[in-house]
Amino acid sequence: MIAKPTIPAPLDRPGSQIGKPVSRVDGRLKVTGGAKYAAEFNTPGLAHGYIVSSAIARGRILAIDTAKALALPGVLQVFTHENRPSLPWFDRKWKDDDAPKGSPFRPLYDATIHHALQPIALVVAESFELARYAARLIHVTYEADEHQTDLRAAKADAFTPGKDKGGFQPPPKPRGDADRALAEAEVSVDLNFSQAVEHHNPMEMHASTVIYHTDGSLTVHDKTQGPINTQTYVCNVFDLSKDSVRVISPFVGGAFGSGLRPQHQLFMAVLAATALKRSVRVELTRPQMFSFGHRPETLQRVALGAKRDGTLTAVIHEAVQETSQTENYVEVVVNWSGQQYKCDNVRLDYKLARMDTHTPLDQRAPGAAIGVPALEIAMDELAAKLGMDPLELRLKNYTEVDPNTGKPFSSKELRACFQQGAERFGWHKRSHAPRSMREGRQLVGWGMATGVWDAMQGQAVASAKLGIDGTLTVGSATADIGPGTYTAMTQIAADILGLPIEKVSFQLGDTNLPMAPLQGGSWTVSSVGSAVKAVCDRLRDKLAGLAAGLNDGPLKGLKADDLTFADGFLIAKSDPSWRLSITEVMRANDLLVLEDEARSVPYYKSQMKHALGTHSAIFAEVRVDEDLGTVQVTRVVSAVAAGRIINPKTARSQILGAVVWGIGMALEEESMIDQRLGRFMNHDFGEYHIPVNADVHDIDVIFVEEHDDIVNPLGAKGVGEIGIVGVPAAIANAIHHATGKRLCDLPITLDKILEA
Amino acid sequence: MRAFSYDRPDSVDAALRGVAGQPGTTTEAAVKFVAGGTNLLDLMKADVMRPERLVDISRLGLDRIEDTDDGGLRLGALARNADTAYDARVQARYPMLSKAILAGASAQLRNMATNGGNLLQRTRCYYFYDTGTPCNKREPGTGCGALTGVNRIHAILGASDSCIAVHPSDMCVALAALDAVVRVSGPKGERTIPFADFHRLPGDTPHIDSSLAADELITAIDLPVQGFADHSTYLKVRDRASYAFALVSVAAALKMDGQTIRTARLALGGVAHKPWRDPAAEAELTGKPASLETFREAARVLLRDAKGQSHNAFKIGLAERAIVRALAEAAGVEHS
Amino acid sequence: MSQPTGPAFQGHAQKQPAPPPDAMEVSLTINGSRKTLHVAPWTSLLDALRLHLDLTGTKKGCDHGQCGACTVLVDGRRINSCLTLAVMAEGRTVTTIEGLASGDALHPLQEAFVEQDAFQCGYCTPGQICSAVGLLEEGHAKSDDDIRELMSGNLCRCGAYPNIVAAIRQVMDAQPAANDGGAS
Repeated sequence: MIAKPTIPAPLDRPGSQIGKPVSRVDGRLKVTGGAKYAAEFNTPGLAHGYIVSSAIARGRILAIDTAKALALPGVLQVFTHENRPSLPWFDRKWKDDDAPKGSPFRPLYDATIHHALQPIALVVAESFELARYAARLIHVTYEADEHQTDLRAAKADAFTPGKDKGGFQPPPKPRGDADRALAEAEVSVDLNFSQAVEHHNPMEMHASTVIYHTDGSLTVHDKTQGPINTQTYVCNVFDLSKDSVRVISPFVGGAFGSGLRPQHQLFMAVLAATALKRSVRVELTRPQMFSFGHRPETLQRVALGAKRDGTLTAVIHEAVQETSQTENYVEVVVNWSGQQYKCDNVRLDYKLARMDTHTPLDQRAPGAAIGVPALEIAMDELAAKLGMDPLELRLKNYTEVDPNTGKPFSSKELRACFQQGAERFGWHKRSHAPRSMREGRQLVGWGMATGVWDAMQGQAVASAKLGIDGTLTVGSATADIGPGTYTAMTQIAADILGLPIEKVSFQLGDTNLPMAPLQGGSWTVSSVGSAVKAVCDRLRDKLAGLAAGLNDGPLKGLKADDLTFADGFLIAKSDPSWRLSITEVMRANDLLVLEDEARSVPYYKSQMKHALGTHSAIFAEVRVDEDLGTVQVTRVVSAVAAGRIINPKTARSQILGAVVWGIGMALEEESMIDQRLGRFMNHDFGEYHIPVNADVHDIDVIFVEEHDDIVNPLGAKGVGEIGIVGVPAAIANAIHHATGKRLCDLPITLDKILEA
Repeated sequence: MRAFSYDRPDSVDAALRGVAGQPGTTTEAAVKFVAGGTNLLDLMKADVMRPERLVDISRLGLDRIEDTDDGGLRLGALARNADTAYDARVQARYPMLSKAILAGASAQLRNMATNGGNLLQRTRCYYFYDTGTPCNKREPGTGCGALTGVNRIHAILGASDSCIAVHPSDMCVALAALDAVVRVSGPKGERTIPFADFHRLPGDTPHIDSSLAADELITAIDLPVQGFADHSTYLKVRDRASYAFALVSVAAALKMDGQTIRTARLALGGVAHKPWRDPAAEAELTGKPASLETFREAARVLLRDAKGQSHNAFKIGLAERAIVRALAEAAGVEHS
Repeated sequence: MSQPTGPAFQGHAQKQPAPPPDAMEVSLTINGSRKTLHVAPWTSLLDALRLHLDLTGTKKGCDHGQCGACTVLVDGRRINSCLTLAVMAEGRTVTTIEGLASGDALHPLQEAFVEQDAFQCGYCTPGQICSAVGLLEEGHAKSDDDIRELMSGNLCRCGAYPNIVAAIRQVMDAQPAANDGGAS
């Protein structure tokens, strides 16, 4: 059954579970240590793998001497390209749901080294410590080739990719003549930007525990944003049937994109388990968390032209990003710049440059997190040049349609974000001149920016099982990497069937559950939530039908629309004293359980006629130490328009967390590469700085009212990405306001401030 | 982590017997003491240090903080960093030291790390930690990866062509400024090492961090009576607000007579292979009025031989500003 | 261009590697129960908890003392269990996240973390909570800024910091003001 693109009344009725700040239903498990993550499924006889990483960035392995490792008692095997079992040759066998165009990386496939820290051997031993020790005894001789890891050099050979990855469209054709308009503009800015490589670094390191059963079947506990993706990959690569591979990943310790593709520890663990016929766990080390996909290094140029009154006359946005030698990773970066503001002359250009690194990988708001800040910093610079309030400049060029396509937005309450955010922040008190607000040695700056992210929906299936005692179990093979999927889905189901939250449980992270897409791009509520709604709507209709069929019952002949579902009862709207409990309805029909399954499919027809997106306005206050260049982000207000908010408590947490990501992106995060070695050097949590508690101060989140009956049947757009987009720009703009220095190279570390 | 054996002696003498006869300095030793473990076990996991035997000294006592006869304070080598920082006497008489300790690491690590171990911390140079790269400190003769590599966090003073690593400790910067004395026990009995002589510059033997012999044990750190409680501070500049190593840190301590500086101590962290003291810079302050001009001049003297690498030249200007800021704060001079 | 490199610059004279170390007996109290373990010296307290005792509530986030996910209380003090050896814990009293609740009643900090939504993925959470227990015991935190600083040894990649501070503040405010002046 396909869910209809309308929001039924029950979602809005008083007492609805949707929109309630429900505490996480899995909270108790998480605070007691009861939630089990991929490396926490212990089983008797579990063997442990430890990965050996390449010392060079490009070349080949000439020899790999494993004798000393194998000689240690308790070492079971060392897997290398020399002794690996037969593996598929065709690229398609190695593709996963998030693979871009090209050849996916194949661990242990041959002697070729494609990037530094590439996994080149797996030691399997009776204990973790022994495997680690044995790994140190492996002697590798390489022949190194020249490598290229310098984007500034590689960009000379940059090329224009096609539609090489799902979810991303190549930039639209130019409209007008942006270069000419820029040259003729009354006021213009032209800025170059760089964005450092960032690694996802979820707190849980990537791990896979593969339980080997005597019949040869596997239970795989993997750190993944999509259990089905993991299953498909394992089955394709190791030529196993779906029946013999079950993936169970009930909890994921953060991912932010790192779990969108199967990482090599999964390959390694399955390889070892199937070869040794034993249960095996492989867990990456923190340095090895820098050995796979990452937010790509990016170089950008944004040039804007405007009339004296602030009317934009030209927008040029060019971006070059790194990709690997083997795949075309794209995240397009520039498209939002054609969508944010009304402008007749726009040229967007996006290129890739090949480097000897691992293929980049989607990271929270891929593309937008990098491209939108560049535009928004340029807008701030333009406002400064015009002597205009940066907020006024945005309002001046506000658009109600997507200029890239000419389509109207399904909803866009960005004006409300501006208005409510500015009011909460006290923006009108801003003294607009740079360096005009200080406290002692601290320069105070206020900056703002706009955020945007696409609202997407995919197909998903959910199942539901209602017991005669009024307990409901709903399931779909999605993941919960932290946003609160368990909770949101429970709320949606409870709402539709009028059940108390405690009576409803939602299951996920298991390939035995119905199909769900990868959890990413802020589309889980939209996709899986719509499926949950669809299946619960069906149960609701069934219950109504059963009640209506009870000839001597009080609800005889009534339709679902005539009923309210509340507190486990079906209640006649016309007279609430006419009611039956779910238990009574089922008992009278001799039913112990009521089961169903439903698929939700995006309502393409109406979606196609609209631009779908979430929007935000971010206001930030910084204090910059005039002597030392240190920056404190003392205050952030993020006002978000994301349609219906299923759970304001967990949604707020997502925005808070994304603002923290924005702080990291603006000020701290950078994987520093040694160009001679082609290797990320600060590959640990000591030197790759993510924000700590002391870096984070007041963050205020506002969800503005936004009604949308086109985006999906729930009217909820998802909030996983929107919170980060624009935050780095708001901070960089605040730094400019504080110091008068325009800094366009992220992260803005103190040396850049001192030397600007 | 390689295979090693473990022993937990119950006395200092037994512990010393465990390391007796080892040649060289403690950095190179095959048998190592472990107490807090916060740095050694980290480095063993990274395969940077490969002791064959660990002697657990964490239960030998040596964890008291006591007044000394000359009015100073003796910090037991095995007293935890947190207990030292929060000790009422340390806070009252050596607030700069307390502040320095609390600027380092995290609450958990300070609960584990001992005072003696803090002195023996090894550098956080990326190349030192990454066995896939060259490093003269880890593998003498392989070259210095940082010299022409990623060296944003590296030394600007006292470095050599062999090594540009910096000492990571905050506590040691304050101890250097305080002229602390390290008490050690060895086969020949006790000896004391002035703090300035404890750590060394890399020269062409960067694999040796300190002058502590392989058969010696730190038993205590003595603080002289002069704690500069009235006019001192510790300023740490880093890439995030907490839980990060110093890019530059300054321990500044003054003895004032009205607005005139009678005695000055200035030690820098994050800039050299050891906590950096410079008598000339301190002499520049002595007898001068406490003013921003005086402080700037002292900073210039201290940094006269500073040399930046490809990514860390900013540290020179940063150090100058940090010195001025710290001295101003110590002296109570309005900084505007 | 040929640049043969050894096993990652490890030019140490390659002695015959030592055999894996033998297990030793370690007795300690974990969450109120006396336990005897047989672990090799190279087993961290963290791995002993997770692998030998199946107490997987204590997390491994970096294994190098750089994230705080492994925080437990040893003799009442918060420490990083990844940087201590199990054999070094002989005779100690260890409290992990699994030992904080009494029966069905959650520890006030556990309650507060749920109530304030002080986590998302939940992976750093046991370490945050154990760290917060230690922080309250230490009694040095007075202000929100103190909490922020003294909780900075616990990274949270989901960025739940504001809610973590709120949760700790909630429990601090509910405590009798016994710590005044006594801390330092």
